[in-house]
Amino acid sequence: MYKLLACCSMASGISLQPKMVQASLGVQKQGNGHCTNVPRNVNLEKLQNNYLFPEISKRELQHLDKYPSAKVISLGIGDTTEPIPEKISLSMANYAHALSTAEGYRGYGAEQGNQVLRKAIAETFYKNVLIRDQEVFVSDGSQCDISRLQLLLGSKVTIAVQDPSFPAYIDSSVIIGQAGDFQDKTGKYQNIVYMQCGPENNFFPDLTTTPRTDIIFFCSPNNPTGHAATRKQLQQLVEFARDNGSIIIFDSAYAAYITDDSPKSIFEIPGAKEVAIEISSFSKFAGFTGVRLGWTVVPEELLFSSGFPVINDFNRIVCTCFNGASNIAQAGGLACLSSEGFQRNRTTECLLENSQAICSVIDYYKENTKILVNTFASLGLKAYGGVNAPYVWVHFPGLKSWNVFAEILEKTHIITVPGSGFGPGGAEYIRVSAFGQRERIMEASWRLEKLISNEKALFNSVENKE
Amino acid sequence: MSLMSNLSTSMISSSSSAFLAPTSFNSSRSQSVSVPVKSIKICKCVATPQEQQQTAYKTKVSRNSNIAKLQAGYLFPEVARRRAAHLLKYPNAQVISLGIGDTTEPIPDVITSAMAKRSQALSTLEGYSGYGAEQGEKALRVALASTFYSNLGIEEDDIFVSDGAKCDISRLQVVFGSNVTMAVQDPSYPAYVDSSVIMGQTGQFQKDVEKYANIEYMRCTPENGFFPNLSTVAKTDIIFFCSPNNPTGAAATREQLTRLVQFAKDNGSIIVYDSAYAIYMSDDNPRSIFEIPGAKEVAIETASFSKYAGFTGVRLGWTIVPKQLLFSDGFPVAKDFNRIVCTCFNGASNIAQAGGLACLSPEGLEAMQEVIGFYKENTKIIVETFNSLGFKVYGGKNAPYVWVHFPGRNSWDVFSEILEKTHIVTTPGSGFGPGGEGFIRVSAFGHRENVLEACRRFKQLYN
Repeated sequence: MYKLLACCSMASGISLQPKMVQASLGVQKQGNGHCTNVPRNVNLEKLQNNYLFPEISKRELQHLDKYPSAKVISLGIGDTTEPIPEKISLSMANYAHALSTAEGYRGYGAEQGNQVLRKAIAETFYKNVLIRDQEVFVSDGSQCDISRLQLLLGSKVTIAVQDPSFPAYIDSSVIIGQAGDFQDKTGKYQNIVYMQCGPENNFFPDLTTTPRTDIIFFCSPNNPTGHAATRKQLQQLVEFARDNGSIIIFDSAYAAYITDDSPKSIFEIPGAKEVAIEISSFSKFAGFTGVRLGWTVVPEELLFSSGFPVINDFNRIVCTCFNGASNIAQAGGLACLSSEGFQRNRTTECLLENSQAICSVIDYYKENTKILVNTFASLGLKAYGGVNAPYVWVHFPGLKSWNVFAEILEKTHIITVPGSGFGPGGAEYIRVSAFGQRERIMEASWRLEKLISNEKALFNSVENKE
Repeated sequence: MSLMSNLSTSMISSSSSAFLAPTSFNSSRSQSVSVPVKSIKICKCVATPQEQQQTAYKTKVSRNSNIAKLQAGYLFPEVARRRAAHLLKYPNAQVISLGIGDTTEPIPDVITSAMAKRSQALSTLEGYSGYGAEQGEKALRVALASTFYSNLGIEEDDIFVSDGAKCDISRLQVVFGSNVTMAVQDPSYPAYVDSSVIMGQTGQFQKDVEKYANIEYMRCTPENGFFPNLSTVAKTDIIFFCSPNNPTGAAATREQLTRLVQFAKDNGSIIVYDSAYAIYMSDDNPRSIFEIPGAKEVAIETASFSKYAGFTGVRLGWTIVPKQLLFSDGFPVAKDFNRIVCTCFNGASNIAQAGGLACLSPEGLEAMQEVIGFYKENTKIIVETFNSLGFKVYGGKNAPYVWVHFPGRNSWDVFSEILEKTHIVTTPGSGFGPGGEGFIRVSAFGHRENVLEACRRFKQLYN
């Protein structure tokens, strides 16, 4: 009694928008195939599309199929490209070798992470704000931590997200059952508060019109807009959370890219420890996107309404649903932070005073970002971000972002990410990421210049309103 | 502040290993654990609400009622806490850990060299890689398929590489959601029940029977050969089944698994088959559920490199979701699992995956078998010891666990007595469910001299 389910009623009618793909798994049962009686999770049914980034990968592959000899340049998925500094990879290699020795072998590590690493993270990033090492939970990355936090919070909490935002906040919220149905008209899930962030409000939501939710996801420096919230803005946010009894989940994955004196941690704001959790990652500052290492800070002062410490429950989740980050990755993390004495540095200098090699890589990506910002500026396009994050957020007024994405891909073989993949607030924008080898960034700039100046008419079209 | 000291003691990690500095390797196996001196009392279960000072700010966010249902901390951190408390009491005791099933023997060179090589390659232009496929590196998936599932019709795209079975169990729960019912063996690996509670599939814990409402506990005892009497098992959506079994060591026969698959088929259920110890099988029992015809339409299989390759800290495992496995509306389960893997996960560490691939080379497989043989010899020694002392002993043949019966006794009491009198850490059977009461699980991971010494002490205690 097998029937092929129409996987998604994509009512948006825009042909270039991603449709829920049919099972790419090939085999479809016919006729007498057995179906279990297990109902599909209704929350997963609510999801509208594939997760954004695999969809981008898919487009890249399709494009390569079409143009096998095209020199595709990927400024799409924010994947680091530069080699990890030798000192760090050597530490990991040494640790791996040591696992073959009696003295060096290690089995299960603490689920919360290696104690020395937790301490190093606390001292490197949170020394002046007095986060203790026992409040730091080492993980295999922010994407995983976001879902573990959702498991912690459960289905009965309400969330607010910036709009646009990193898709994992919304998607994990839908999956865990916090969200209502998707509304095609608005492009939003019911029961989630979308806090519009755009140039008109300096990429900071108007909190006076924001309804109360239990949880507020806030990313700064922001993916995808690149905006880093100012101290004043974060003070407002903390006050808002405090007034509403909400918990902020602050994503600081890109803090290392800050060049001005925007806060690098929510805990720089007084009172934040009682209202905020912070997540962060080694991915974008150490090139650990494949190595997998991150951390979450849950202050001991953060309490549920009953007075029960949030950290106790997060610890329970970590002990039950997780088994620690890879010990080799953790060895690498420790090498990144280096034990010779490090200081948190609030100027434009690199966060990790001792890890010059890491700083050079970050600077390299920052230079890439500058080049891209200048390219778009010279073409008369409004390009935001790019100062405190490795992302440039380019406005194409009146155009549909998936169409612009497709046009850029078709004509220049450059992958970007359409803004509406980050929420309806991303409509008319393209996110260009600045990871990549310098020559390719230069080449991409040149191609974009050519395309956009030659096709000014196309890119200034006001007919295709999103 | 009393809250802080409670929290400090509750944070004692389950491992006392000191991290390696580049130039010094610490072996902390027999050293004291350094713990906060403040409070020696054994930590209360973390689910107990703490009293708060009236002036402490509270958010207005309600605690997740599912987590509030959990009765105590996860089992193994609790065992670790007891061990740490014991070391405080007897700082010079030579504590031997046969509790948490943690591997102890070094990983073979051929495997660690591959991981070291991959690490160093990440420093080069040609060798650097960023995000990998969330489902795992293709070469590894291909190798897993051909090593363990050739001729079973499981293909590489049915395989999802992960950072371990424990994590996969929770990801599977996220796929299933809160509106499914589940059955577990009793006793069983605690992550199945605990993740089910967290996910919201269960009712409250019922103290009189020591079970969570809405979970079907399938009693497995010596009387029924550690295989449930399926005619008395209620229908559930999901059935967790672990073979070779943790903690009992029992391995289901082909005949039993055929009945299980039929049971699942008749009921429209999905079996989540945990094969983490399959490589310890000595008998001719199935190592994979997919050896049973029809299983692909009713089963998911999880597995792990932890107990195969000593990867308990390295973190690598895999889950198989066959294309043929469908929800009631015909939607392929693998599609939803893939969505979870892409959204809630970002792939296992590329270095660990390089290690996994080396494990599956001919040299790697041979090297792994040697280490496994070593642990199997440990198991034999432990089995013989308890047999010679007149105990009824189960398991130990097809798994690195020995399940010792202490009729009429409370297993935590036995655990404490053994710890107090012999400085040996075991695991109390009731930690695995009410069906584990009256049993102690002795794990066979350990250096040979420690296992021999432990057996000497057991003989002394029980003679």
